[in-house]
Amino acid sequence: MVTMSTVYESLVKIVGKDHVSNRKEEQYFYARDGGLMPAHEPDYVVLPRTTEEVKQIVTLANKEKVPVVPIGAGLALTGLVIPHKGGILLDMKMMDRIVEVNEKARYVIVEGGTTQGALKSYLQKNHPDLRHSIPDAPPVATVVANAVIHGQGRLSHQHGFNSDMVSGLEVVLPTGEVCLIGSCSVSPYWFSKGPPLPDLSGLFLGWFGTTGIITKLGLKLYPCKKMRDIMLFIADRAELIPDIMLKLSHTEMVEDVTISAQPLPLRYKGTFWIMAYITGDSEDELEFKRKMVWDALWVHYEKRDLGFLSVSPDMKPPLMSMPSKDTTRFADVAKGGGFQYAGPITPIEKFPTFMQKLEEVAKKYNVFYSSATRLIGSGHCMMFSFSFSFNRANPDEMARAKQALDECSKFALKEGGVLWKADLDEQKMLMQKMDPNTLSLMKKIKLLLDPNGIMNPGNWEVQ
Amino acid sequence: MQQKYVSQIHRCFRCGYCKFPTDYSSFNCPPYRRFRFDTYSTGGRLWLIYAWLKGEVEWSEHLAEILFTCTMCKNCAEQCPMKFAPDIVDWIVGARSDMVEKGKIPPRVARFFEAVHGYGNPLKLLRSDRAAWANGTKLYSAGDEYLLYVGCLGSYDEHGQKMAKGIVDILNKAGVSFGILGNDEECCGNEIYMLGEMGLFQNLVEKNSQKFKELGVKKVVTLCPHGYNVMKNNYPALGGSFEVCHYTQLLADLIKKKRIKLSRNKAKVTYHDPCFLGRHNNIYDEPRQILQSIPGLKLVEMERNRRDAFCCGGGSGNFIMDLLAGDEDSPARVRVREAYATGADTLAVACPSCMTMLTDAVKTEDLDGKLTVKDVSQIIKESSS
Repeated sequence: MVTMSTVYESLVKIVGKDHVSNRKEEQYFYARDGGLMPAHEPDYVVLPRTTEEVKQIVTLANKEKVPVVPIGAGLALTGLVIPHKGGILLDMKMMDRIVEVNEKARYVIVEGGTTQGALKSYLQKNHPDLRHSIPDAPPVATVVANAVIHGQGRLSHQHGFNSDMVSGLEVVLPTGEVCLIGSCSVSPYWFSKGPPLPDLSGLFLGWFGTTGIITKLGLKLYPCKKMRDIMLFIADRAELIPDIMLKLSHTEMVEDVTISAQPLPLRYKGTFWIMAYITGDSEDELEFKRKMVWDALWVHYEKRDLGFLSVSPDMKPPLMSMPSKDTTRFADVAKGGGFQYAGPITPIEKFPTFMQKLEEVAKKYNVFYSSATRLIGSGHCMMFSFSFSFNRANPDEMARAKQALDECSKFALKEGGVLWKADLDEQKMLMQKMDPNTLSLMKKIKLLLDPNGIMNPGNWEVQ
Repeated sequence: MQQKYVSQIHRCFRCGYCKFPTDYSSFNCPPYRRFRFDTYSTGGRLWLIYAWLKGEVEWSEHLAEILFTCTMCKNCAEQCPMKFAPDIVDWIVGARSDMVEKGKIPPRVARFFEAVHGYGNPLKLLRSDRAAWANGTKLYSAGDEYLLYVGCLGSYDEHGQKMAKGIVDILNKAGVSFGILGNDEECCGNEIYMLGEMGLFQNLVEKNSQKFKELGVKKVVTLCPHGYNVMKNNYPALGGSFEVCHYTQLLADLIKKKRIKLSRNKAKVTYHDPCFLGRHNNIYDEPRQILQSIPGLKLVEMERNRRDAFCCGGGSGNFIMDLLAGDEDSPARVRVREAYATGADTLAVACPSCMTMLTDAVKTEDLDGKLTVKDVSQIIKESSS
């Protein structure tokens, strides 16, 4: 019979004593994230350094039927890496090598714990003509975790979800096999995650680590223009926003489109800040794009539905920074160190109704709100965030924030949205609404890949 | 201060910005870089302190070790995007102070306090030997312009003594009027403050301040950035009334006034910013000005420099306690590898603690003969005509 001490000793044999902890302090910290989901402690926190170590750990866990949860930085905020059934928590951040950059095929291969910040810095220093789609999560967020949750970033308007930009995977399956996915399975090149082969990446992306552990990931890189600028517009009617987004997208000149709304400071109340980012290799190129954007939005400007805000020198650096530190600062608006958001992916026509709901819910539960929307694809959908900050020292406020989030998620689902990085409750809501045959297919896939149900149990559990 | 940290510490969102330098290129928090469990990052530390305050985590030696491995390098305060960033160091000092009051501290920290309390220095060496290095250096007397405050490492540590002797020679040669306290010098208390022993700290400040007052000291020049930091930022609130500068500031001024003449030196040098000079007190330029004023010397920067400099791991008493040692990821070893990667033959420092930590790391990394750690004053001395 397996005992706690034999699992611990086996883990020590695999990664060494310094990289395993069954101490209370690590168990406490890794039992929770910055959001509102209930904590649950892992039995062990392990820091693997190689694919081989991950393989041995997973093989051990599968043999002993011990849960395994891989974690990047734990910044999803919806408890996706809270080890709901204990077991082994694999902190992947020691696997942080940037393995290869192929400049001519424009991709990078990173290990499973490489941070967004490290990749950004590495590309800027070594391959300044290339960039990746940086999300607005803090820089410690990992490239793999962001892809696994279908994150979005600065290039999502042009190229879709960050997971769409994956160009290959190395995965340790729950049964211990190491599997290559995409062009790298037949070629030394990691240029495609699927085509022209059957696209097996879908067995892992979006599954929150319930079907395997990604130990390497290929990511498409894109041209990095020499210059970048922002055009900032302000509107005060939510119903205009979908058309403004579409018009901006129609120019095919805009790198990224985001809309923010928040009631405080009071000068922001009742307004929507529309941020259009443009890039160019010369001032002429930038100027041409500025003109195109102006031409596209002129009809709204002429009717005085839209204002242009000149960006002062002190405003510009925070607006231009990647990732945006302002996104993180929202956590301290209530001087309380907490925020969480429901971020349904939804058609952009839903912006006005979602905005109305956000204001209504914030008032109902007396919580501070903000919203940040990002256009994804060429207007194919948007991520609309219902964001609420809370004070971690105020349990009542935390409870109200959670109720507000739950109500917004239910509403978004009812309105045809699909919940992004859904927490356990939201996953249940999604699966209840899902086509039964789809649900059955998910169940079959999960059972096939993870027969003992060891991988991040609790998540995507089809009953 | 304790009250403030108790009511504020929950505000950390554990976003992780505190782990990085400005360009996010690598991890810049020394204990996190060394141990790699998130608990050893500033976010981890703050969440655990809050859990301890709420009674969700019991005190343990491991908890105390996590708290006391922080070198107080202040990288977190530089990088944290929140408004409370400037308070983070005080929060950690406050939590340490609470643990000290309860007698719940790691044994190595307890030994550090005992040594300073009993011997006036953390090395547990005799008070009567404090000025053994001085070899006739003049004691401070009324009318001297500067008191040269040598500090514990300058007085007792082999590398620190070399620094002290070098600075004495340079100041004498430049005709500066100064003296030392000799065996009457007490520990400055910087580490004691950072480690949270407020009773002992107050006692040290009172002793030093009283001595300075009796002797009529108006200006203090310190060998060590730690001493500079505490005298500049903490002594005034406790009655200390004197001007203080670090020796690099004084030397830069003397060079500017042409009171130190420099000859050619072909060294290729990279400069390591000490945390208590750089991030704690914004002194980045003077040491570089000194080095750049030496004809023929080539100054190259490490990837992480100035406000992004990676700590040697010696701060907050770790130059003695060494809670971050024992691994290739120990901060000093990481730092000398970074220095070596610049192609420099000399790693310049301006702190006896950094000197000790990095010199040991050079040996461990087998870089002897390839990279030499030298104090800025030593380089000046070698370049003096």
